[in-house]
Amino acid sequence: MMFLDYILTSVALGMTFLLGCTGEILTEKAGHLNLGIPGIMCIGGASGCLALKYCYGMPGFFVVTLAIIASILGGALMGAIYSFLTVTLKANQNVTGLAMTTFGVGVTKYIMSGMAIDATKNYLYALEYFRAPFAKSTTGLNSWGVMMYLAIAIALASAYVLSRTRVGLHLRAVGENPATADAVGINVTAYKYGATCIGSAVAALGGLYYIMDFMGSVEAYKTIEALGWLSVALVIFTLWKPLVSIVGSILFGMLYLASSIIPSLGINLGMSATPLLQMLPYVVTIIVLVITSISKKRENQPPASLGIPYFREER
Amino acid sequence: MKEFFKKLELPFHVVKRSTIPTWKAMLIRVIAVLAALLLCSVLSIFMINANPIKFLTTMLDGVFGSSRRIWKFAKDLSILLCIALAITPAFKMRFWNIGAEGQTLIGALAAVAVIVYLGDSLPEGVLLLLMLVAAVLIGAIWGGLPAVFKAIWGTNETLFTLMMNYVATGLVSYFLLLWTPSGSSVLGRLDKGHLPIIGHEYLLLIILVLALTALVFVYQKYTKQGYEISVVGESENTAKYIGINVRKVIIRTMLISGAICGFAGFLIVGALDHSVAVTSVGGMGFTAIMVSWLAKFNPLIMIGTSAFITFLDQGAAQITTTFNTDSSFPDMVVGIVLFFIIGCEFFIGYQLKLKSREEKSAAAATAEAAESKGGNE
Amino acid sequence: MNKQIAIEMKGVTKTFGSVIANNNVDLTVYKGEILAVLGENGCGKTTLMNMIAGIYYPDAGSIYIDGKEVNIHSPADAFAHGIGMIHQHFKLVDLFTAAENVILGNSSGERYNIARVSGEVKQIADRYGFRIDPDKKIYDMSVSEKQTVEIIKVLYRGAEILILDEPSAVLTPQETDRLFEVLRRMRDDGKSIIIITHKLHEVLSISDRVAILRKGEHIATVNTKETTAEALTEMMVGRKVTLNIDRPTPENVQDRLVVKNLSMVDIEGIKVLDNISFTARSGEILGIAGIAGSGQRELLEAIAGLKPLESGEIIFNRPKKNLPVSFYHKSLSDVKALAAENKFHYEDGTPVDLTGMTNREIRALVNEGKILFNEDDVMNLRDKTPLQIREVGVRLSFVPEDRLGMGLVGNMDIVDNMMLRSYRKSHSMFVDRKRPSDLADRVVEELEVVTPSTHTAVRRLSGGNVQKVLVGREIAAAPAVLMAAYPVRGLDINSSYTIYNLLTEQKKSGVAVVFVGEDLDVLLELCDRIMVICAGRITGIVDGRTVTKEEVGLLMTKTDSDTKKEV
Repeated sequence: MMFLDYILTSVALGMTFLLGCTGEILTEKAGHLNLGIPGIMCIGGASGCLALKYCYGMPGFFVVTLAIIASILGGALMGAIYSFLTVTLKANQNVTGLAMTTFGVGVTKYIMSGMAIDATKNYLYALEYFRAPFAKSTTGLNSWGVMMYLAIAIALASAYVLSRTRVGLHLRAVGENPATADAVGINVTAYKYGATCIGSAVAALGGLYYIMDFMGSVEAYKTIEALGWLSVALVIFTLWKPLVSIVGSILFGMLYLASSIIPSLGINLGMSATPLLQMLPYVVTIIVLVITSISKKRENQPPASLGIPYFREER
Repeated sequence: MKEFFKKLELPFHVVKRSTIPTWKAMLIRVIAVLAALLLCSVLSIFMINANPIKFLTTMLDGVFGSSRRIWKFAKDLSILLCIALAITPAFKMRFWNIGAEGQTLIGALAAVAVIVYLGDSLPEGVLLLLMLVAAVLIGAIWGGLPAVFKAIWGTNETLFTLMMNYVATGLVSYFLLLWTPSGSSVLGRLDKGHLPIIGHEYLLLIILVLALTALVFVYQKYTKQGYEISVVGESENTAKYIGINVRKVIIRTMLISGAICGFAGFLIVGALDHSVAVTSVGGMGFTAIMVSWLAKFNPLIMIGTSAFITFLDQGAAQITTTFNTDSSFPDMVVGIVLFFIIGCEFFIGYQLKLKSREEKSAAAATAEAAESKGGNE
Repeated sequence: MNKQIAIEMKGVTKTFGSVIANNNVDLTVYKGEILAVLGENGCGKTTLMNMIAGIYYPDAGSIYIDGKEVNIHSPADAFAHGIGMIHQHFKLVDLFTAAENVILGNSSGERYNIARVSGEVKQIADRYGFRIDPDKKIYDMSVSEKQTVEIIKVLYRGAEILILDEPSAVLTPQETDRLFEVLRRMRDDGKSIIIITHKLHEVLSISDRVAILRKGEHIATVNTKETTAEALTEMMVGRKVTLNIDRPTPENVQDRLVVKNLSMVDIEGIKVLDNISFTARSGEILGIAGIAGSGQRELLEAIAGLKPLESGEIIFNRPKKNLPVSFYHKSLSDVKALAAENKFHYEDGTPVDLTGMTNREIRALVNEGKILFNEDDVMNLRDKTPLQIREVGVRLSFVPEDRLGMGLVGNMDIVDNMMLRSYRKSHSMFVDRKRPSDLADRVVEELEVVTPSTHTAVRRLSGGNVQKVLVGREIAAAPAVLMAAYPVRGLDINSSYTIYNLLTEQKKSGVAVVFVGEDLDVLLELCDRIMVICAGRITGIVDGRTVTKEEVGLLMTKTDSDTKKEV
C-alpha cells in the first residue's frame, strides 16, 4: 500500500517536471537555452494564484480554467520578455535567462507573500476542483488532478506537433540550422518567439500545478525554483523528446521522493541519505549528457544552434 | 498569422556596428540604468507608495547611511567580485561556466570539512592553510571536470556546469545532516579556522579580493596564458594556426576558474560565515556572471559593476525595511535593471538604419508577389 | 533559333562598393536548353546568377521572364517565378531526411504527410533518373546525394529554370556523368538549365550554348557545337595584360621543401589532394595556379601542420651546410654525438674531432662559431603540429586565405596580433609587448598601413591593411619558407604591388616562396615556376617565364591524367 502511494505521488510530482521540461524542450527546439524556466515556473504559479484570489466564489470549472489561463498569460509574458531580449536584441541567452530567474523568483515572492491574503479562504478552497476527480481519495491518488491530465496531454501534443506536423518540422529546422530555414522562407523570428512564448506558458503551468494541485499549499512557491532546475536537467535526460520526458519525469519524481519510501522497504540508509538521493537526478543527467556527447549519435545531440543568436547578414 | 508578421516588419535594418566610441557606449548604458531606475521608482509608487526621490535617497541611505552599512556594502561587493573574477577567464575563453555557484559552495564545504575533522588537532595557522588548499583543490576539480569533457568530447559545458551546482548543493545537505546529530542540518558558527582580523572585521577580506583583482587583471592582460585564453576565445582556428593546444588551454583555464571559486568559498567560511549552508553562496554564482559580463570581462571594471549590483541589492533591501514591504523587492529591482542593461547592449553592438523608400516598396512588392502566388494555389 | 525565351537579362549591372561585379550584362536563356556560364574566378558569374535567384538585386538593368519584366527580391520571389538555384554550399538540415528537407518551408495547403512527400520525391527521382532514398538522413549522405536532394527540392517546388553553381566541383567523374544524364533528361522535359562552371570539357560535353564572362563583362554567347576549347579559353582568359612586376632571376637556388606523393581526404571522405609531388626552392617564387577550391587551401594547411595527411611526405631541408652549430637547437651532448658521426667541419674544411676535449673547450668552440655543419638538416614534417614544426626549428610562415578567421584575431590590436607568432619566445610567464610593439611600428611604417594607431583592433582596418599586417608579421619571422594564399585578394592596386614587392624581396633574400594566386597575369609575371592543380591533382609544373596564359588556362581545366613534365 505504502509503495503504491509512493508511485502515485511520484507520478504526480513528476508532472511538475513534465510541464517545465516540455516547455523548455519547445524553447530549446527553437535554438534558445532558456535558463529563466525556474523563474517562469514561479511566475506561472504566482499569476495563477493571483487569479484565484479574484475568482473566489465562482463555480469550480471557472476557477480552474481562469487560474490556468492566468498562469499561461504570466508565462507567455515572461517568454515574450526573454524572446525580445534574446531574439530581437540578440542578448546573451545565458545571462538573460539567469536574470529572468532572479526576476521571476523575486516577483513571485512579492505576489505570494507580500499581499497578505488569507490562504485558506482565497486559495485552498480551489484545491478540490484542481484535484478532481479523486480529491476525496485517501491514497496518493488524491493528487492526480485535472492538471495532471493536462500535462500529459500537452506532452503528447508537443511530441505530435514536433514530429508529425509542418510547424514542428519548421521549428526543428529553426533550431538546427536557422540560416537554412531562413533560406527556404521560414520566418525564423516568428518561430523563435512563438516557441519561446508557448514553451514558457507550458512551463508556467508547472508552477501552478505544483502549488495548487500537487502540494496544495501556498507556501510551496518557495521550492519551485529548485524543481525548475530539475526540469531543465530533465530536458537533457530525455534527449529533447517530449514522449520520453513523460517517463523521465516520473523517474525523476521517484528519485526525488525516494527517501520517503526507502525506510519502509526495510532498507536503512539513515537520514543523511536523503540529500544524496535527491542529488541523483542531477548526477544521472550529467552521465546522460556525457554519454550522448561521447556517442556522437546525431539524433541525441542538443539542437545544433542552441545558444547561438541568429543574425542574418544584410544582403 | 503570416500576414500579421508581415505587417510587423520593422521600417529599419539592423546593422552590426564595426566600432562605437567609448563615450557613446557608456552613455547608452547610463541611459539604460536611469531608465530602469525610473521604471523601478514608478513601480514603487504603485507597490509601496514611495515617490521616486524618496526611493533613490532611501537606496543611497541603505548603502552609505552608516559606517556599518558601508562595511557591509564593501564586504558583499568583495565576495561577489571574487566569484566574478573566478568565472572571468572562462568566459573570456567563451566557456560558459555557469557553475560558479557550485564551485564556490563545494569550496566552502571543503573548508568547513577541514575544520570539522581536523579543527581540534591542528594549530590555527596550519588549519587555515589546509582549509585553503582543500577549498581551492576541490573547486578546481569541480570546474575542471566539465572542462575535460568539453575539451575531449565537446560535452555542452553550460548544461554540465549547471548540473554540477546541484550536485554540490546535495553534498552540502548530506554533510550537514552528517555533522548535526540533531538532524537540524543547521551548522552553527565554528570557532576554529578564522582568518585573522586586521583593523576591521572585513578589511582582510577586502584586501585579499582587491589583490586577487589585480592578479587576475595581470594574468589576463600580461601573461602568456592569459593571452592564449584570449586567442582561443576569439578564434579556435587562429589558435590552432599558431600552434596553441586548445584542449590544454580549456582545461587549464577551468582549473583556475574553479580554483578561484574554491578560494571564494574559503573566504566565505574563513572570514564571514565560519559555517556552511546550502544558501551560503546565495545565488552569487549567477549574479557574478552578470558582473563579469557587464564589465566585458575586465577585472578592473568589474569592481564597478559588482559595486553597482551590490548597491542595487542592498539599496533595495533598505527600501524593503523603510517601507515595510516584502523582502523580495531587491530581486525585482535587480531583475529589472538587468533587463535594461542586457537590452541596451544591443544598441551598442548593432545599429538601426532606416530603410530607404525604395527598399520599403521592394518589400511590399515581395509581399504582393508572395500573396499572388498563394492566391494561385 | 525558333525557341521560346525562358528568361532574359538586359543591361544588368551590380556593384559592391567600388567593385563592379557585373557591368551591363545581357543574357538570354531558352526553354529546353542547357546554358553554360563560363568564366574565371571572380568574373562575376555567380553574382549574375544570384540576381536571378533573388539573393542580390541588380543596381541597374532588368530581368524578363516569359516576356514580362519582373522584380526578384528574395529567393521566395525567385521560386514564385519558377527559378531555383542549387548553391555550392548546400542549404540542408543535416538531421532531417531527404523528404523532410524537400518539404521544408513549403507551405502549400495540403496536410503535412511525410510519407506522401517521400512518394512524390521518389516520383520526381524516377522521372529524371536520380538515385535517392527519400527517408535517408542528410548526415548519412554523400555529397552527390546531398546535391540530388537540393535539385529535387527545387524541382518539387515546380522550378522551370534551374541554376547550378559549379555542380561538379564536389563530384567524382562518375557522379558527374550521372548528373549530366539527369540534366539532359530535364532539358528534354522542357526545363531551362544554367550551369555555372569553369571546366571546359564539361561545357563542351553538356551545354547547348555557352555564355562567357570576363571581369564582370559578357564577352559572347556561342553555340557549343560551333566552338572549341581553345576559342573558349581565349575568350575566358583574354589577352595578356602587362603588369610590370619586377622579377629578378633566382640566385643560389636550393631545394628547400620537398613534397612527395601527398594525398589527403576531407571530413566527408572526398579526396581533396591526390598524389601531389613538388619542390619549393630557396630564392624562387613557386606559383600555384588553379580554379578556387582545387585543393590549394588544403595543400598549404597540410604543409603547415593543420590538417592530417592520408599519405605522403613533407621533407624540409634546413640550410645548415657551412653554417655554425649553436646551442639554440642543439645541446652539448647533441653536438658531441653529431661530431662522433662526423657531421661537422672547421672553416678550413678539416673534419671536427672532439674526442679528448673538455666540455668547456667544446662550448668555447661552439660559441665562437668555429664548428660548421657538413650538410643541411633534413627533416620530415609529416604529422607534426604547427607547434612541433616550430620547435624543431623550421621557420615556416603561412599567410592563410582566411585572414581574420585564421591568420589574425580581429578583436585584438595590431601589437597583440604581431605577438601571435612570437609570444612563446622568452621563458618568462609574462608576455613581452615591447618587441611586438616595435615590430608593429615597423610594419605600419614600412608597409604604409593606414591605421589610427598600433592599438587599433585589426577588425577595423580595411582589407589591404589587414593583409599588410598579416604579411608583415609572417615575414618578420624570418622564414625559410613563406606560403601565401591569395595574398592580394580584395586589395587595391597599390597594396597589391606592395605585397608583390615584399614577396620578391623575400625571394631575393633566399626564402622559398609559395604563392597561391588567382589572377593569371600576376602569376605569369611574378612567379619563377608555376604549378597548376586541378581537382586536387597536379596537371603541370611550368616555367613562369615562357608559359602562355592559354597554356595555364588549359591546364587549370584539364582533368585527364597526362600531366606536363616538370621543368
